[in-house]
Amino acid sequence: MSSIAELCVIESGAVEAHSLDDYESEKPRWCKGCGDHGVLAALQRMLRTNNLDPEDVVAVSGIGCSSRLPHYLNTYGFHGIHGRALPIATGVRLARPELPVIVIMGDGDCFSIGGNHWLHAIRYNINAVVLVLDNEVYALTKMQASPTTPDGCKTNTTPHGTYLQPMNPLSAVMGMTNVSFVAQTATWLPAHLDETIEKAWEHHGLSFVRILQRCPVFMPKAFGEGGLNFPVVFLEHEDGIPVHPSLLARGAARAHNHRDINEAQRVAVAVDPAPMGLIYQNPDVPAYEEIRWNRKERPDHQTFVQRLDAVMDRYTVS
Amino acid sequence: MNRPRIVRLPEHIVEIVSDAGEGAQKAAVAFARLCAKTGNGLWTVEIIPSEIRPPPHTIGSASGNRIRLAERSQVTNAGNLADVVLAFNEMALLSRLEAGSLADDVLVLIDDQWATHDVEEYRLSYREVLDKFRTRGATIIEMPLQEETLRHVEDAEQGKNMFAVGLLCALYSKDVNLLKNVIRGIFEKKTREVIETAVKLAGAGYEYGLAHLEERFEIQAVPTDVPKVAMNGNTALALGAVSAGFEMCSMYPITPATSASHELSDIFEDFGGFVHQAEDEIAAIGVALGASYAGKTALTITSGPGMALKAEFQGLAVMTETPLVIVDVQRGGPSTGLPTKIEQADLLHALYGAPGDAPKVVMAPSTIEECYYILSVARKIAEEFRMLVIVLSDANLATGQQLFDRPDVCETQERPPLDLSPVSPGALPYDWDPTTGLSQRLIPGQPGGMGVTTSLNHDVNGKACYDSESNQRGHAMRSRKLAALQRSLHRPSVYGEPEGDLLLVGWGSTRGAIEEAVDMAREEGYAVSSLNIQFLSPLPPGLHEIFAGFEKIITVELNYSDDWEDPLITKENRRYGQLAWILRAATLLDVDCYAKVPGRPYMPVEIVDEIQRILGDQPAVESLGETLRALKGVS
Repeated sequence: MSSIAELCVIESGAVEAHSLDDYESEKPRWCKGCGDHGVLAALQRMLRTNNLDPEDVVAVSGIGCSSRLPHYLNTYGFHGIHGRALPIATGVRLARPELPVIVIMGDGDCFSIGGNHWLHAIRYNINAVVLVLDNEVYALTKMQASPTTPDGCKTNTTPHGTYLQPMNPLSAVMGMTNVSFVAQTATWLPAHLDETIEKAWEHHGLSFVRILQRCPVFMPKAFGEGGLNFPVVFLEHEDGIPVHPSLLARGAARAHNHRDINEAQRVAVAVDPAPMGLIYQNPDVPAYEEIRWNRKERPDHQTFVQRLDAVMDRYTVS
Repeated sequence: MNRPRIVRLPEHIVEIVSDAGEGAQKAAVAFARLCAKTGNGLWTVEIIPSEIRPPPHTIGSASGNRIRLAERSQVTNAGNLADVVLAFNEMALLSRLEAGSLADDVLVLIDDQWATHDVEEYRLSYREVLDKFRTRGATIIEMPLQEETLRHVEDAEQGKNMFAVGLLCALYSKDVNLLKNVIRGIFEKKTREVIETAVKLAGAGYEYGLAHLEERFEIQAVPTDVPKVAMNGNTALALGAVSAGFEMCSMYPITPATSASHELSDIFEDFGGFVHQAEDEIAAIGVALGASYAGKTALTITSGPGMALKAEFQGLAVMTETPLVIVDVQRGGPSTGLPTKIEQADLLHALYGAPGDAPKVVMAPSTIEECYYILSVARKIAEEFRMLVIVLSDANLATGQQLFDRPDVCETQERPPLDLSPVSPGALPYDWDPTTGLSQRLIPGQPGGMGVTTSLNHDVNGKACYDSESNQRGHAMRSRKLAALQRSLHRPSVYGEPEGDLLLVGWGSTRGAIEEAVDMAREEGYAVSSLNIQFLSPLPPGLHEIFAGFEKIITVELNYSDDWEDPLITKENRRYGQLAWILRAATLLDVDCYAKVPGRPYMPVEIVDEIQRILGDQPAVESLGETLRALKGVS
């Protein structure tokens, strides 16, 4: 039996400290003022803080504005198809559990077309940082309603206003078996964003982070015009995301025990004010790829051949 | 009783049918294994209802197996009409007549409990069905299957099948001790009590057979020194996946593909691999693609409806040039169609199902033995050409069993550790060779190889671009790989003479029946040959030259085509069989087709009939055999 720790050892040698430049690729083509820029910068800072070798990191995304992120990150990246980032990421983790994986999706990508994968990924609890960049709209296809578009909001597919209450992704993930890390942050809170992503990286298991961000072109008024007038409450705990005094101008802080699933579920259901910070964490949920790797053997060639021979015996008739 | 007559035969077809859940399948497995152990060649076909426990004593409830046994070790198909049928009730028996499976003079062995059953409806239908069989010329042996079984167990449902297999052991003059060992092997995971009851019942069935059968059969086996294995095509695929060095199979349950993953799930972890059961068909291919991207070429197994769901991911594999293997165990379609029955109707979907121009390799194994070996070839092509390879198996191969030479396990592909050496400066992720379209595969973890793999059109650097030149070039490079592969393929060999009046072209599991039909027709004087095409994309070289040797080319496939005689059908609107479409397009020849959807394999005699219809009675060396004439009304 092989232990996962054994697989995860990346040769250390004389490691040089990486600089931010090491994680920069081509210049982003997002609109000016788009929150995606902030998430990219925060990710690059997390990679540098942890001094991860760019060749060992895999960033997987779906389709949409935010899913272009791997193009701008100098790691290995897979820019796949709409809604399917999580199965690809699961495949990477199952094949190569030593590689750190970051998944970047948009709200339509993850919650709508990728909904089935999203809920099942929470249950698999693969060890990955999963960021959903939620701007409450389909932007790349030019402003259609997404599952999180506010009720009554006019879009190109709902010119007289949307018909339904927006989905609450936090309560959805908090209802899934094996949920192990749920946090919410926003791009207009850069320090909070940085610390949330760092916390997500440190967590062992699937770290689900919903990042609220404004689309300056199609949803400029979302989130109270990008946080200016958006009611939030900061969740505070000694092991949670720090609530710096400067944040208190945006909203109140309240004590929250992110280890208590019942308390976390209550917090996740409440949307006004929006809870910001670490909602739930359970570091003891096993990761699916590790369960699978711990059960499989890695026979040498001779043993492999002997075993196949024994299987063949079962079917041998003469 | 007088010493029974023993009739020696070169081959026979026997069917065993019961209500679903009564164990005819298990009996057939035991009998087939017994015959295989004595050296008979065989081919078995499962008779499976679409539900788990359909209403009993109805036509739709029939479940069992057809077993074709022969002296020769090589049996390539399920054969023609059955010679013997052992039925647990008259409706199961009738279902086989309605399926067109039984010879007129079939020997029927049937449980006689229905003759005196409390339910009048059963008594009446039993008499009516048996009368029908007698009128057609069948020989009927009624036997107290239920009554005799009840002498040994309290619940006859849990033992009739073993009594029945003992009876067949006597009917075919097999060694009952060997049968008992086979049964012990089959039930090895059961309790000792269950095993010994099964063995006792088989012994009782055998004794009953010896005492009551006036005529018995013997199909001798040709002794051979070459060790043989007997397995179905799905098992062969599973073992083949292990042997080919795959480390992951990602799948979602779907009939008739799933049993391949059952076998694999059971053993794969011992070989350093695992089966991942995904949340849906889309995720199943997505996980496989992710694993392949990360450097471990993976496999996904599905059937038609799953292929449809995987179509977008197929395009992604093609666009990103990520090696990937998909096995499609075809079933009847469209939609849910005939989930447990054979059809070869996913060929065009495999070729063209993904949106955009998505060149990929499509291969089809034609025997169960090839199911074992094909995944090694598929994996090598996928990796060397960075391509998607689709392997089209079918329900006939999946559930049928065949005897073949035991594979040499030493020929398994070694799995070298991933090469994570630094990428040489200036190396590009899509550094296409302009002649072959080939480029090196970079794997996450390789220093210097960082970059995005994208579903967007991209250039040699892997960067997304939107200009016409790079788009044309990307398409050309992905397409070029097919041409490069085609140039490395062998010209397929013709079965029979290289020249003649008619060439039958098939693909996949119809091969055995087609070649047997060719043998039969040539014996009658017809100048007919056949060709099995293993590579459907790219098509193998030499088809033009091969076709030039024949007056007429016709495909024989198990998919739908319009008949010339159908209402409204003209040369302009007729829809052809799927291989015929692609051969017509590739050769500009007027390739015709014999393409039907019976939901079962073709019988060789049906194909002989078609040959005769096309070529007429001209050879007239001698008339086609009696079997063929007897069949006219059925086929």
